[in-house]
Amino acid sequence: MTFSILDSARAEPVTTAPLLSLEDVRIDLRPGVPLVEALSFDVAPGEALAIVGESGCGKSLTSLAVMGLLPKNLKAGQSGKIVFEGMDLATASEGKLRGLRGNRLAMIFQDPLSALNPVLSVGAQIAEVLIAHARMSKAQAKARAIELLGEVGLPRPDLRFGDYPHQLSGGMRQRVTIAMAIACDPKLVIADEPTTALDVTVQAQILDLLTEIRKRTGQSLILITHDLGVVGEVADRMIVMYAGTVVEEGPVAEVLSRPKHPYTAGLLAARPSGSYVHGGQALSDIPGTVPAPDARPEGCLFAPRCARATARCREARPPLDRAGARAVRCFFPVDGALA
Amino acid sequence: MSLTDTSARRAPAARLALPPWARFLLGRLGQAFLVMALVVIGNFVIMQMAPGDLVTVIAGGADMTQEQMADLRARFGLDLPLLVQFWNYVAQLLTFDLGYSYRMNAPVWEVLSARLPTTAALVVLSLLFSVTIGTVMGVVSARRAGTLTDMGINAVALVLYAAPSFVVAMLLVLVFSVKLGWFPIAGLTTVSAGYTGWALVKDMAAHLVMPVTALCTFYVAIYARLARSTMLEVMDQDYVRTARAKGLSETRVIYVHTLRNALLPIVTMAGLQVSTVLGGAVVVETVFGLPGMARTAYDAVFQRDTTMLLGVMFVSSLAIVIVNLAVDLLYTVLDPRVSLK
Amino acid sequence: MKPPSQIRRFLRHPSGAVGLALLLFFVAMALAAPYLFPQGPYKMVARPMLWPGQNPDLLLGTDSLGRDLLVSVVYGARVSLLVGLSAALASAIVGAAVGLVSGYFGGWIGDMLMRITDAFQTLPSFLAAILIVGLIGPSIGTIVTSIALVSWPMVARLVRAEVLRIKTLDFVQACRIMGMPDWRIMLAEILPNSLGPIIVATSLLVANAIIIESGLSFLGLGDPNMMSWGGVIGNGRSALRMAWYITMIPAGAVVLTVLALNLIGDALNDVLNPRLRKG
Repeated sequence: MTFSILDSARAEPVTTAPLLSLEDVRIDLRPGVPLVEALSFDVAPGEALAIVGESGCGKSLTSLAVMGLLPKNLKAGQSGKIVFEGMDLATASEGKLRGLRGNRLAMIFQDPLSALNPVLSVGAQIAEVLIAHARMSKAQAKARAIELLGEVGLPRPDLRFGDYPHQLSGGMRQRVTIAMAIACDPKLVIADEPTTALDVTVQAQILDLLTEIRKRTGQSLILITHDLGVVGEVADRMIVMYAGTVVEEGPVAEVLSRPKHPYTAGLLAARPSGSYVHGGQALSDIPGTVPAPDARPEGCLFAPRCARATARCREARPPLDRAGARAVRCFFPVDGALA
Repeated sequence: MSLTDTSARRAPAARLALPPWARFLLGRLGQAFLVMALVVIGNFVIMQMAPGDLVTVIAGGADMTQEQMADLRARFGLDLPLLVQFWNYVAQLLTFDLGYSYRMNAPVWEVLSARLPTTAALVVLSLLFSVTIGTVMGVVSARRAGTLTDMGINAVALVLYAAPSFVVAMLLVLVFSVKLGWFPIAGLTTVSAGYTGWALVKDMAAHLVMPVTALCTFYVAIYARLARSTMLEVMDQDYVRTARAKGLSETRVIYVHTLRNALLPIVTMAGLQVSTVLGGAVVVETVFGLPGMARTAYDAVFQRDTTMLLGVMFVSSLAIVIVNLAVDLLYTVLDPRVSLK
Repeated sequence: MKPPSQIRRFLRHPSGAVGLALLLFFVAMALAAPYLFPQGPYKMVARPMLWPGQNPDLLLGTDSLGRDLLVSVVYGARVSLLVGLSAALASAIVGAAVGLVSGYFGGWIGDMLMRITDAFQTLPSFLAAILIVGLIGPSIGTIVTSIALVSWPMVARLVRAEVLRIKTLDFVQACRIMGMPDWRIMLAEILPNSLGPIIVATSLLVANAIIIESGLSFLGLGDPNMMSWGGVIGNGRSALRMAWYITMIPAGAVVLTVLALNLIGDALNDVLNPRLRKG
């Protein structure tokens, strides 16, 4: 058993320098009321990392913090390091951030209808990224935007260029936002619940498209989702967030087949397909609710809902224990400690 | 028979095979027609309710016997049944014959067409200035929501919003003409100077500064408040966050992505302003002695020149209807979603 | 809905408190006029164009006919508030009725009513008021009617939007299933639940009616038997160069009254329609 005193002082198994590295990030709603705390993780070049958690666990805030798009009141309460390509984004100027956004770092949002400007053509919305970052002329940007629309799988992209968002289907719109995100060939794409607002039939196509693009371009991908079903299809590695912090981390296949944190195990058990994996047990639910940011317990954040919790769990917060590629924040992991 | 069968069969019959833009245009034209119908009916009703008629106006000065007056009534068709009189009125308007003003001794349209440009200039200038200034105030205020600048702009808007145009007009006259002597107090030109060319334009501009300002202030307040609230609303939209996530400059985020959308309610309001600003024009043209159409309405009231007054109402409404059609078309350009509704 | 808490919230609202205090001041003025100055506003009391303060008995001086300006202003409050309230009430009632029927029944009746509402809203309202008052004859009655005739569409649109929202709610559906007659559902269930926007709109309508009335009086189209602020301003116009206070004092009264009503409207909007507002 290896205990590390601080989450940031951990042994890092990744050999290449990470593309993105979060160190002890904390976002306070008000002083003393953290929405996100002790958050550390890395993304390697070309890697697809899934961040999994229920709504309100801080996963979307994390992505906005990386993009430097937190609302003003939350930005004031942000601390820790967010290092991207060697630059700390947390302290970078707005001008520097603007140069990175849409260029080296890009984001795909949940609902493509509300994420696209209703009064501008989809082509213009793609072209403006190219004009802003790639210093293209209007004509060049238009030609490239049409190419991009084709790359994300829109039929007759030359005709779609002048279409407005309301004229496209949900899946087409999400393809447009993807085209917008990859326009400048970013190093990292953050996709925040990219399929939640879409029809089930379209979801798989969008996930395939994201994977295909990543394989082709070597971009890194952070996939934020509450749906464990999509994680296995897209990601190499996953972290599970609960109440504003990481509770489990590891390769997707391992975490899904042998969850270590009781919360992860609970999530898997609450999933219809998950219950089949576990030998067809009845669909179970995690009792209770996520604690509100100003009502988080002293000890382990999950203790009030955990069947395995003891007095120790209620007194002290467990550190994130790391062994090889896996990590878990629990005193009493499921099926014993990490190897 | 299944449900889908019936709906599939009914669908083509129930819907007119018209492209969306044509249906939109037809709907708008129908609305314009309704407004004009309302004006014509309203005019006719008021004409009937007004004490005295055309003949009493003509008879006004001269001594006329009852027989002579009855004879005149018969000649003008005023003794016919109401419905026939109404039909005659409509038929007359359909040929754009607005009648003859016995007070001015000229056809109504001849008088109004000469005075229309002044009023049109007032309305168009005040529309342009109030939309621009109000929107800029609202945008600045929204971008600095909660700061002293924002509060200052809100306070100014609140006061302007409470000041009727005639009050503003009197204040402007008092301060800038009587006390400071910066602007001419009345008229459209300095007649005695006999300016031509560029000098005439400058002279007219000097004469129009105060009238246009008096007409603007109330609307500046409206646009400032409207622009502020819609800007704040739009700034919260996901697509503005997307624009920021794309690394666009703040100028582009505000003016291309936010303002473009916030302009939609402003354009709607501008359409409404055209109809209310004409009322303000009556006051302003009267105070500043401008030879406009609205002022003509004011004079006509006191000369009991019913034909002229109804003519002003008809021409103004027609102008408003035309401007509103233009605003609707502008709206379809600004908001691509509209034409499909 | 707990009325007492909303009244408290209204009074705690800064613009609500200021606006209400200002308005109460003018209401008190209007009510007290005949007791304070039983001689009425038309009596000549001193030499014309006495500046305020020149004669300690005449606080605001005299107008160009030697009438006490203070008395005129105090009596003017009666006309402004009377016309404002009655016109606003009339437009609120007509507008609410049209909005209710059009929203509740929908279909072609609703469509038709809304088209007519739109048409009325497109009319040049002040010009129409001049036309009506000018041709039929200026009196409180024609002035109120003409203002109401051009102001009700705004209420109708607001009420219709509310009704469209409320009629889909469960309790209305329940009333329908219970077989409650339409008119009772409209009056007893929907109307009370859409009062918020109606109240807010009414406060703004009063302000607007006061502006129109003072404008008409300014043009000489006020009720000739009533002393109105607009009329005093209009009469003072010719004396602007020598005695601007005759114009500016009643003008200040108009602006302050309208300002008070707008402040009240803003506060009511914040208190009664919280979902319409953020930031």
